[in-house]
Amino acid sequence: MKWNKKWVAGLSTVTLLAIIITGCGGNATQPAPTGNQPANTGAATETEQTKIKEGGTVRVSIATEPDNLDPYLSAATDTNSMMDNVFDGLFEAGENGELVPAITESYEVSEDGLTYTFKLKQGVVFHDGSALTSEDVYYSYAKLAGLDGQEPLSSKFSGVDSVETPDEHTVIIKLKGQDAAFLAANIAAIVPKDYDKQSEQPIGAGPFKFVEYQPGQQLVLEKNADFYDKERMPKLDRVEFKIMPDANSSVLALQAGDIDMVPGVSAQGALQLGEGYTIVSGPQNMVQLMALNNSVKPLDDVKVRQAINLAVDKDVIIQTVSDGNGTPLGSNMSPAMKMYYQEGLENRYAPNVEQAKALLKEAGYEDGFDLTITVPSNYQFHVDTAQVISEQLKQVGIRATLKQIEWSSWLEDVYNNAKYEATIIGLTGKLDPHEVLGRYESSYAKNFYKFSNSEFDGLIEKARTELDETARADLYKQAQELLTEQAVAVFIMDPSRNVAMKQNLQGFKMYPVQKYDFAAMYFTEE
Amino acid sequence: MNVNYWLRSKPLVIGGLLVILLLLFMLTGLFYTPYEPNEMNTAMRLAPPQASHLWGTDNFGRDIFSRIMEGAQTAFLIGVSSVSIGLTCGLVIGAVAGYFGGWLDEVIMRFIDAMQAFPGILLAIMLVSVFGPGLNNTILALGLMSIPSFSRIARSGFIQYKEFDFVKASIAKGAGAWRIIIRHILPNMVSPLIVAASLGFSGSVLAEAGLSYLGLGVQPPDPSWGRMLSEAQPFIINAPWYVILTGVVLTAMVLGFNLLGDGIRDIYNKKG
Repeated sequence: MKWNKKWVAGLSTVTLLAIIITGCGGNATQPAPTGNQPANTGAATETEQTKIKEGGTVRVSIATEPDNLDPYLSAATDTNSMMDNVFDGLFEAGENGELVPAITESYEVSEDGLTYTFKLKQGVVFHDGSALTSEDVYYSYAKLAGLDGQEPLSSKFSGVDSVETPDEHTVIIKLKGQDAAFLAANIAAIVPKDYDKQSEQPIGAGPFKFVEYQPGQQLVLEKNADFYDKERMPKLDRVEFKIMPDANSSVLALQAGDIDMVPGVSAQGALQLGEGYTIVSGPQNMVQLMALNNSVKPLDDVKVRQAINLAVDKDVIIQTVSDGNGTPLGSNMSPAMKMYYQEGLENRYAPNVEQAKALLKEAGYEDGFDLTITVPSNYQFHVDTAQVISEQLKQVGIRATLKQIEWSSWLEDVYNNAKYEATIIGLTGKLDPHEVLGRYESSYAKNFYKFSNSEFDGLIEKARTELDETARADLYKQAQELLTEQAVAVFIMDPSRNVAMKQNLQGFKMYPVQKYDFAAMYFTEE
Repeated sequence: MNVNYWLRSKPLVIGGLLVILLLLFMLTGLFYTPYEPNEMNTAMRLAPPQASHLWGTDNFGRDIFSRIMEGAQTAFLIGVSSVSIGLTCGLVIGAVAGYFGGWLDEVIMRFIDAMQAFPGILLAIMLVSVFGPGLNNTILALGLMSIPSFSRIARSGFIQYKEFDFVKASIAKGAGAWRIIIRHILPNMVSPLIVAASLGFSGSVLAEAGLSYLGLGVQPPDPSWGRMLSEAQPFIINAPWYVILTGVVLTAMVLGFNLLGDGIRDIYNKKG
């Protein structure tokens, strides 16, 4: 069979040559050869099978180009998951979504929930050798909260009233009002004081140092030997993120041994890899949705949006696009967020063509209407989903056309400026429910659904100040129900994440956020 | 000139047969396809070729045969329209430059040189990025892309023929420039232009496939061979028929028009 497959692949390659020869062979970025081979050649013995090997270079494929190396100016999840290895915050995200103290030694919250006191660890140094003190935390948080008189860089810190630094290792933060989401915001990166070159040469206090970024090729990190947490001290010497926009070429590169790990492999890709690779699979706390611009006609009518929801069959999408690896959703929350997830909403709009048509008739669109679905062209997954949806919408008379645009134009036109009708995108998981549902608040800057509902805003505001966990979870559940009832978007699924690795690469952990902790990973002796 | 003379040219016969076959294939697709090309059938995903689906199905359970038929319409439409744009503009530009010569020739040809300095596909990508993806813009971009080669051929022909005695005779009789261009020189240029059009056609089909492969040409879910190739790529190991069949048809189309062009040129050269 093996021979057969090779032969078949060879033949197909020949037919493809017709295209490739004319110079339009897609975006198969071949990684430039580097001098650093994974250190599996120089090792001495091959006696113990699962012996941890110190050092080595891990080469990882990453689909998108970093948008900005400055952690405060970057919005893209891929960038964040690379640079998270460079930056540490007061806390880090744990495997179950809990907060693990990182730079902070301990913390206290006052009874009224307004004052947070953090004790910083001793001996934490930045990559440039300078010590991390409360001054740096003040500088970082002042930037995030806009206390330095500039535009605040993060809405999560908008509730911060003042930051005090009584001594080198104590930080006292006072809030304007109670904010249950504030603690989780403290995973934000701490950056060195008065250093303004983060976009070119980022400096943090994390387990890896930034080495270089070559646009279109790679982003390189190396081990930080002075890392403060000896237990989390990286075993790998170097991490190279190879920029490969094409999912197929990254699978082929893994097979060819050019890379060691593909963090997002499709079910087909996993099938193609076959044996000899470790594949870790699990829910990724993502919400894939077809966002509808609630401010343009005819999508401003809730009946039209409900009709669209009734026309879309999520199970078909999961089967077709994701090979069955996904969980259907009913609102903007993945079941991975156990505590806050409102069950049963995924059945609110069971596919029903007749009912959808009736709703369209009521709304005055008996003959349907034209709809443009804008999709980022680099995500084949979303493009495929759009194809299925456009076919399903046809049944109720909605004529959908697809418009593929480049990722950076998507961020600019759709995400930042809401110039679109419908779009398909995956919202990546966050640890705090406020960050997940707060996206729909009418005051949220990147509310690209243009959803504005005072009842919803009220629920979110109330949840923000509610310190009782159960009561808070309940408010978020009500908010989810409202999103479903208002049919703000078509909430499709939480696609499972498949990570493929060489078998001698171990220690990968799955998080409810897209996080690749290379400090925990290592090669084993073969 | 008799039919036997034409049939003796192997490239012409093979190319002609391929083109006729594909033309029939495309025309049939206008009236009949076994399945609705965009119809999805989740139960039949990536089914291998069989009685109910002659060429198998793709990852959405769509019938590949029907989609290739529909894709043929796109390919022919794009080929014909972009060659028409390129040929018309190129002919006018080439005629003016070649016949009148002088400073006008210099200016026009330097402009054409500048256009040709860009690799064709890059120029098309640039145009599509500016105007936005879609069928019409793809046609426009590919048409503009093929202007330089047509205008060069036309220009060289006009430079050659304007020195001929029959042209000089017409000038002596007082014929106007445009009458000479259209009535006296153009009929002599038909053969080389047919050759160029035929080659240009296959070039356009291939370029469209390239653009669609990059996601810039025809937008999904409408089938285009280039798009189908790029969509087939993830399944190259698990469903090889998808990419092979699409590739074979595309290759046949390009080969057919190239051979046809070559054959016509051979005959024209022998005759000349």
